[in-house]
Amino acid sequence: MAIIVDEKTNVLVQGITGNQGTFHTKQMLAYGTRIVAGVSPGKGGQKVEGVPVYDTVAAAMENHQIDATVLFIPAPFAKDAAFEAISAGVRVVVIITEHIPVHDELEIIAFARRRGAIVIGPNTFGIVSSGRCKIGIPPNQFFVPGHIGVVARSGTLTYEIVANLTANGLGQSTVVGLGGDRVVGLSFVDVLEKFEKDPETRAVVLVGEIGGNAEEEASRFIKKMSKPVVAYIAGKSAPPGKRMGHAGAIIERGKGTFEGKVQALTAAGARVATLPFEVPGLIKEALG
Amino acid sequence: MKLFEYMGKELFARYGLTIPRGKMVTTPDEAAAVAAEIGASVVIKSQVLSGKRGKGGGIKFADTPEQAREAATQVLGMTVQGLKVEMVLVEEKLAIDHEFYVAITVDGAAKQPVLIASARGGMDIEEVPDEFIVKEHLDVCLGIQPYLCREICRRLGVQGAVAREFARLLPTLYRIFREKDAELVEINPLVLSGEKLIAADAKVTIDDEALYRQKDVPVVDDRTEAERQAHALGLSYVQLDGNIAVMANGAGITMGTLDIIQHYGGAPANFLDAGGGTGMEATAKALEILLSTNPRVIFINIFGGITRCDDVARALVKVKQEKGINVPVVIRLVGTNEEEGMRILRENGIEAYKVMHEAAAKAVELARAQG
Repeated sequence: MAIIVDEKTNVLVQGITGNQGTFHTKQMLAYGTRIVAGVSPGKGGQKVEGVPVYDTVAAAMENHQIDATVLFIPAPFAKDAAFEAISAGVRVVVIITEHIPVHDELEIIAFARRRGAIVIGPNTFGIVSSGRCKIGIPPNQFFVPGHIGVVARSGTLTYEIVANLTANGLGQSTVVGLGGDRVVGLSFVDVLEKFEKDPETRAVVLVGEIGGNAEEEASRFIKKMSKPVVAYIAGKSAPPGKRMGHAGAIIERGKGTFEGKVQALTAAGARVATLPFEVPGLIKEALG
Repeated sequence: MKLFEYMGKELFARYGLTIPRGKMVTTPDEAAAVAAEIGASVVIKSQVLSGKRGKGGGIKFADTPEQAREAATQVLGMTVQGLKVEMVLVEEKLAIDHEFYVAITVDGAAKQPVLIASARGGMDIEEVPDEFIVKEHLDVCLGIQPYLCREICRRLGVQGAVAREFARLLPTLYRIFREKDAELVEINPLVLSGEKLIAADAKVTIDDEALYRQKDVPVVDDRTEAERQAHALGLSYVQLDGNIAVMANGAGITMGTLDIIQHYGGAPANFLDAGGGTGMEATAKALEILLSTNPRVIFINIFGGITRCDDVARALVKVKQEKGINVPVVIRLVGTNEEEGMRILRENGIEAYKVMHEAAAKAVELARAQG
């Protein structure tokens, strides 16, 4: 078991003929992901890395069973592509694209809720069920199967932490990137609930950052969890009122501070690492 | 992107909301002329991108054009909340019967817009007790319907003509929020003057990511030169006040890099997220931006995914050869094409680290030695 995606997940790539789409299709196939089709308007009938390309998502769905889709679509067109996938009935929509206007994100998520679809991102590295299925852009070599669930708001920092886990003999069940924007499809709680139920996951790493109150909300759930949680929060040194790269990473009117998040997590029983490389040690300590 | 108050009010007026009569000016003479035109008592408001202007002396009242000239002379050129005042808004002084608060913003946790209103306007909303705040999440498929206006009025305790004013104002404010890609539209205070609701202030923030489709919104650029240059390269940059210049790839790891520097007692000079898959040329330009800020040490922390370590190494060598780098550089390099990157650096006499915290400790040590 893993959460959300596994070796049986049939994946569609929207924007498959673009540079990023083609490059990452190759990487995902190399990881073992079942990419069954691609979509690029006007490019139907072509093949990319042996994967058939269709003009629309509906056309792809007529010919294939599709469980998840991943969008490599420029920001101005991402809303339309997400609507298309959700309308066609795709259950899991992974939006890699960054710089999508927040009002488009509000509309995408409102529509997904209505149709019961899961949106991962926008502005995410994607999701990896280690050894089974990678949907997104992380480098393949660091993700090995195991029992640690990882849920994060940022990309490269997660690779850093996953590489540290792997180097310490701690493989991962599933690694989920929520996305760095202010409005994203999944919250920490959504993913923690799934990890708590997943028999394969024994402990969870939460990689958060300043801004918003997602970590504070997560703390309320962590209090009730049977599985140990280790957290790392980025942005301790960030000044208030400045957007630290991610749209969501900003301390506004005294809200979303590092101290507030660490305090909430610690009170909920999570172990909080001061530096990223301390995470594997704290996991081992928690698992006894 | 935050708009100045006068810009926000112009936007409100275009949508048919009532704003005080007035005009933005940049000289005391113009301020006197506007006051004469209004022909009554006026308020002179400093135009800076900050709240709490009143406490900093940035808002003054005047009964005559001569007083308006004097007040404008005092306000123009003063510093409010650390910002230099270069413009003032001269407006009619309103007869205030009551002050409300109203705002629409994005609630990231609920993943929905939220309307916030209070009958206790005029003060910082953070200081208003919860029981006096009305909060309604909005469904983007419905927007603000008449029933919601009635409910909000009931909870604000208003009726009759004032409720009718709210029924007109709230959907209009929502339209501005949606049509202008706003992250925040806030009116505080929303003044009841007779039977009219007047926007006595305007705080509007437009989503930076949507500026490409908001061509008629005025441009407010309060970035530093380095921030502007980095943005032109598609990178995010924030100026800080330390002496260790930082470049990393990814917002989270860049924040983590700043934190680790601080943890070892150093002070980062900036946040520079070189992004994923940034090529050699852009990386070289980003390095030049860092050099232009005259740091004591440059610290590069790369975990290569889409970003290729050899590209980063080549960029560093290129800048070293073409521009010269007269400060120590500490580089940490792992991930895609790591061996090739390491080889390029070695050949050019640059030592590289593999472990993030060891590299950070070294950067802090070198910054101290330079001090």
